[in-house]
Amino acid sequence: MTIFQRKPLDPSPYVSDEVRKTTCYMCACRCGIDVHMRDGKVRYIQGNRDHPVNRGVLCAKGSAGIMQHYSPARLRAPLKRVGPRGSGQFEEISWEEALTTAASWLKPIRDTDPAKLAFFTGRDQSQSFTGWWAQQFGTPNYAAHGGFCSVNMAAAGIYTMGGAFWEFGQPDWERSKMFMIFGVAEDHDSNPIKLGLSRLKERGAKIVGVNPVRTGYNAIADEWIGITPGTDGLFILSLVHELIRSGKVDVDYLRRYTNAAHLVIKDKGAPDDGLVARDETGEALVFDEKSGTVTGWKKIATTAALKGEFRLADGRIAVPGFQLMAQKYLDDAYAPDTVATRTGIPAATIRRLAAELAHTAFEEEITIDQPWTDWRGERHEKMIGRPVSFHAMRGISAHSNGFQTCRSLHLLQILLGSVECPGGFRFKPPYPKHFTHHPTPHGMAIPSSPLGGPHLGYPRGPEDLLVDPKGDPVRIDKAFSWEAPLSVHGLMHMVISNAVAGDPYEIDTLFLYMANMAWNSSMNTRGVMEMLEAKKENGDYKIPRIIYSDAYSSEMVAYADLVLPDTTYLERHDCISLLDRPICEADAAADAIRWPVVEPDRDVRGFQTVLLQLGVKLGLPGMTAEDGSAIYKDYADYITRHERKPGVGPLAGFRGENGEKSGRGAPNPEQIQRYIDNGGFWVNHIPDEALYFKMANAAYQDWAVGMGLFDKPQPYVFDLYQEVLRKFQLAAEGHGKRQPPDHLREQVKTAFDPLPTWYPTSAETGGGRERFPLHAITQRPAAMYHSWGSQNAWLRQIHGENPLYVPGEVMDALNLTEGGWAWVISEHGRIRVPIRRTDAVNARTLWTWNAIGKRKGAWALSENAPEARKGFLLNHLINELLPPKGDGLRWSNSDPVTGQAAWYDLRVRIEPAEETGLVPAVAGQVSPVGRGPKTVRYGKEWTS
Amino acid sequence: MDLVTALPETTARKLGLVIDLDICVGCHACVVNCKEWNTSGYGAPLADEDAYGDQPVGAWLNRIHTYEVKPDKGLAQIVHFPKSCLHCEDAPCVTVCPTGASFKRAEDGIVLVEEDWCIGCGLCAWACPYGAREMDPVEQVMKKCTLCVDRIYNENLPEVDREPACVATCPARARHFGDLADPESDVSKMVAERGGFDLMPEQGTKPVNQYLPPRPKTTGFDEPPADLVSLAEPAAGGFLGWLDRVLEKV
Repeated sequence: MTIFQRKPLDPSPYVSDEVRKTTCYMCACRCGIDVHMRDGKVRYIQGNRDHPVNRGVLCAKGSAGIMQHYSPARLRAPLKRVGPRGSGQFEEISWEEALTTAASWLKPIRDTDPAKLAFFTGRDQSQSFTGWWAQQFGTPNYAAHGGFCSVNMAAAGIYTMGGAFWEFGQPDWERSKMFMIFGVAEDHDSNPIKLGLSRLKERGAKIVGVNPVRTGYNAIADEWIGITPGTDGLFILSLVHELIRSGKVDVDYLRRYTNAAHLVIKDKGAPDDGLVARDETGEALVFDEKSGTVTGWKKIATTAALKGEFRLADGRIAVPGFQLMAQKYLDDAYAPDTVATRTGIPAATIRRLAAELAHTAFEEEITIDQPWTDWRGERHEKMIGRPVSFHAMRGISAHSNGFQTCRSLHLLQILLGSVECPGGFRFKPPYPKHFTHHPTPHGMAIPSSPLGGPHLGYPRGPEDLLVDPKGDPVRIDKAFSWEAPLSVHGLMHMVISNAVAGDPYEIDTLFLYMANMAWNSSMNTRGVMEMLEAKKENGDYKIPRIIYSDAYSSEMVAYADLVLPDTTYLERHDCISLLDRPICEADAAADAIRWPVVEPDRDVRGFQTVLLQLGVKLGLPGMTAEDGSAIYKDYADYITRHERKPGVGPLAGFRGENGEKSGRGAPNPEQIQRYIDNGGFWVNHIPDEALYFKMANAAYQDWAVGMGLFDKPQPYVFDLYQEVLRKFQLAAEGHGKRQPPDHLREQVKTAFDPLPTWYPTSAETGGGRERFPLHAITQRPAAMYHSWGSQNAWLRQIHGENPLYVPGEVMDALNLTEGGWAWVISEHGRIRVPIRRTDAVNARTLWTWNAIGKRKGAWALSENAPEARKGFLLNHLINELLPPKGDGLRWSNSDPVTGQAAWYDLRVRIEPAEETGLVPAVAGQVSPVGRGPKTVRYGKEWTS
Repeated sequence: MDLVTALPETTARKLGLVIDLDICVGCHACVVNCKEWNTSGYGAPLADEDAYGDQPVGAWLNRIHTYEVKPDKGLAQIVHFPKSCLHCEDAPCVTVCPTGASFKRAEDGIVLVEEDWCIGCGLCAWACPYGAREMDPVEQVMKKCTLCVDRIYNENLPEVDREPACVATCPARARHFGDLADPESDVSKMVAERGGFDLMPEQGTKPVNQYLPPRPKTTGFDEPPADLVSLAEPAAGGFLGWLDRVLEKV
């Protein structure tokens, strides 16, 4: 016996009153979460084991959801600006006043010139709704944040193979034997990649990480390739060089599933030189080796010629696209020995990796005993797999050569025959979907009228550009103009700069949602802050009105004239829709909802509901009944009853009057409750015979039609040779009615190569390499999602400051001090930042974590928070424009094809700093929500 | 008579964690999910002082340390090293505790702190060679990993959830929970197969938790494997000759 008795431990303490299942929003992955509720508060959030995205796991961000939901930075009521722009001085107003004010600004715009409204939504997960709202308003100026995120990846994927990575597709984690991951830090997407990497490791597959920085996924890769930024395309095309040179390409696959055999007209100087030869119905022609004739491609599965010169009916010569490819990539410009220095990858390593890819794809072929039938009607007894797969994101995308680099990666995987086969890369519904099955862009604004169609789309040629008769851009961001013809996600990063410059025109109201443009979401942060404050001679702001919606007291809030406070993610309705960026898996269609698992305790409203309410005040079609009343009570009602076409609405599950229909079916008034009962999501599995080769698989095409993804089967082949690009090149060469302005002709000729290509980034030209010998990039940490994380009492303890990591060689050469400070200088500006040494990095590359730095006074943090003292933004070194070239023109710092913000192009030099402390030191903003509490003891009331 | 500061001679089971350093990507999911569960769980909340201020300091039961390793030959590597209480068989934190607040359970080997008895002297944290204990900055009691003792037996949770929060949430599946006294358990087998090791065995603490080492990395400068060298043969016969050879193979 002891004198003291320990209290017996209760093995089964009480946990929660109820578990409510909804969707996470701590980053963009959209995992399923189980929210444990106790006494009306959140006790615990865990991953939903049944959810297709995260299968029970949850990352650091998701696990910190409690601190986000109860963040002291939450806005509490609508705000009206009372101090100067940027000061953060506001007074609270009623929703009635807020909505009336917004309507009074927007109504005259709609009645006279709808383009005077620029409506851009940042990390919006309701783009099919916000885009529809903007369409009803009639402004051509709408997009979300894709233009500064990964539009190159999306556009290159869609134009090459009808889909890309992440939302569009995934590696076959269960069967892949070799996996290469390019330009991915520790996110995008978060949990699925970690689950997948784990599964690959368990199965003994080889993982190759290609990234200048060896953190996160690259740290656990079996092989790390510390590539020089901006040269991924060169490396990839060197692998292509090796594969073609050694004959390791899947010829049968190329014939069946790609346009490699399609004949390309060779008629130098003709207006159709380089276009695909077609018959009178428009069907592309091939040379059939069996019959010895030139004929339509559709009937010729395996006997189309891949080489040779063939005479067309009109007497002209045409050659298969594959021959053009082989000629291009066999050039010594792509030989490993040629590219080694520039890429920082030894030639022997490139040759070995090419050999390993080929060996795995062809010598370790896998088969599934699953018969299937292709769209030509040919039955295949087995599914043949090439078990190599790839994933890539912003690291290769956010460059001025990113579009062609992403296309190069797709070329590589298609040459290996590893797209949509067992062990390869697999599409997720509603992809694969050929670019011709997407809309074209719409931009013709008519007062008091809706826009004629969706804003964003996939141009088929110069005829689809949004330019006026003089050739000038129709959109404020110049999307779909000659500066960025295939800007399929818009150019949010150019909106403020263009509006302030009045180029192409001035606007009246800037309306932003969830986009921290006054801080980490802009290049040239300080410049953008000045632009938002800039006034005309008469004292009016150059951007006369700014409306902003956010849930939190971000840096951007300080620049708004009117603030519409949004809810937290646990307080709102949302749909993760197949019409938008779905959460499907390669094996299944899936969508999901959010619903208010906690009721708001502040005077805030979900932004989508606010848009509907504003729409009614403006009398917008689709949301206003004839008598002027609201068609939809709120966003939940819209989700339930809205139909894009008969039977197809925002949610695909539990449709039909009794909820028995999937995909297509009448609206079901109980639909949201059915989702709640089902765990917050819906899944519909693809039949086994339809699981692979979806672009060519008859059973898949039929399933997709039944599901409402398409209206009729639409099989297609991959566009290795991309004729759309050639059409733009022809225009630059002087053909056709619509031609680029002279100063853009050379840029279009170079960047619109119809075959994947590589050219140096914009920053490499004009002596940039010599004056700024180093690269500087950011990585997103796994435990933080852009600016949101720092208001989170838990996450900010993990990443509260961000030093600049400097390669050991550079530290030694310049006598830099570990833990000291240094100046980092670019073409655009200079910053003074804390530094640390690292060797796990490309020797010419500096790096830091993304979006840790905060402006003083933002996010309810203290004035001297480490985020404001030792957290900095690289953004200050990057401009949205290239340095002036002396021609008086504004050259955007973007990919010339898609307009993707080229922030990874940044080149710098570094110098020791005598003094310490951050430069620039940005003045603080007043916090409209005060400061957070001194102490947090979350859960105190439930502990013993 | 049992001394409150004594360790049990043996424990029937040795519950613990096996952590796979080959797959840990250092994402901090385990760190935060642990805090999230335990702040409302066993004992006092895991408080955060100056939570939104200049020097935020909170109590955590599990942290990830990141090390950069530069071998003599080859490329520098980064290793992510999650660390929490290892529930040692010879736990110095227990024997050093002046009040008997720190103790090791005989039935499953879990080391706990009886918080009502803790005087916040901090001796146990000094004694722990791993730095695995943290004084709560607000509550002033010693906090440490409980192996989620309030989850693993908890009949209010579905059976599948009766494992530590860090294990359930780990997106890379780098964390495993089980009985390391049972050679037939999954965790014991994993340790045997992968060469699991004790952290700092020279300390003589006999930690129950085990780490699995990273597998060797490719250095990045190898020559091509012999059976693939033929791939590097230069093309002969010009471009069209090459194309013929490729197409003939089909």
